[in-house]
Amino acid sequence: MDVKFINPFLEGTMNVLKMMAMIEPTVGKPYLKKGHQAKGDVSGIIGMTGSARGSLALSFSEKCILKIVSNMLGENHSEINAEVRDAVGEITNMISGVARKMMESQGYNILAAIPTVVSGKDHSIIHVLGGASIIIPFETKDGPFFVDVCLDDSTQEK
Amino acid sequence: MDKQIKVLVVDDFATMRKVIRNLLKQIGYENIVEAEDGVAALKVVKSQKVDLVISDWNMPNMTGLELLKAVRADGEVKLTPFLMVTAEALQDNVVAAVKAGVSNYIVKPFTAETLNEKISKIMDKM
Repeated sequence: MDVKFINPFLEGTMNVLKMMAMIEPTVGKPYLKKGHQAKGDVSGIIGMTGSARGSLALSFSEKCILKIVSNMLGENHSEINAEVRDAVGEITNMISGVARKMMESQGYNILAAIPTVVSGKDHSIIHVLGGASIIIPFETKDGPFFVDVCLDDSTQEK
Repeated sequence: MDKQIKVLVVDDFATMRKVIRNLLKQIGYENIVEAEDGVAALKVVKSQKVDLVISDWNMPNMTGLELLKAVRADGEVKLTPFLMVTAEALQDNVVAAVKAGVSNYIVKPFTAETLNEKISKIMDKM
């Protein structure tokens, strides 16, 4: 995956979480992920196609997502239930949207599907393109979350 | 500005419906009904007097754009104000929505202040 795709997802993540959940995470150093095991306890996954193709996953540790959702909805959430999983899907959708808008200004026209959510310790994230993905790790006061993205434009026309 | 208007919030994600409901309440709108997709929303628009539709774009069964077109094609409800909510602020989509007769659009994520501005711009023209 081309590293030029990192910045839109990094900025999209910061933008969405600050506005929707009043959380400003710190970002760590991106790295190449091998294997399919998710880094967090619940993950939203969204497929993308167009002038770049691939998928984005947002994987949250339990305490982290409970804090995010509690802030978003103005009510306390203490377990990963259907409402929290729903929120993960929407957060993934929004971050994908902001990132894709930024990539549009770089000449990329990318559409996204409706996200799916997977939860449970040791669950897997299998990207549509297969192969390695880029992890952008984030840290919050309530634990980590991870952007896990695999995107390729080498076979597409811009 | 009449804050007693009936607002229909359409989104397949319950979380987003709740977020928008909370933001609407922050800016004084309490008369809110919800639908989980375009099909359900169209039934509400046709059966109740809805003063404003706030609809997501990307939904299963019937997208926000398809819902907009269906509303604009129905003689009884075609003038219903329609605010499109989208994470997809792509140029082609904006053009398509304008051509279909959208009243305005708002890009996720957004604040209560931005939502209020968008709604005010729509309702001031009514």
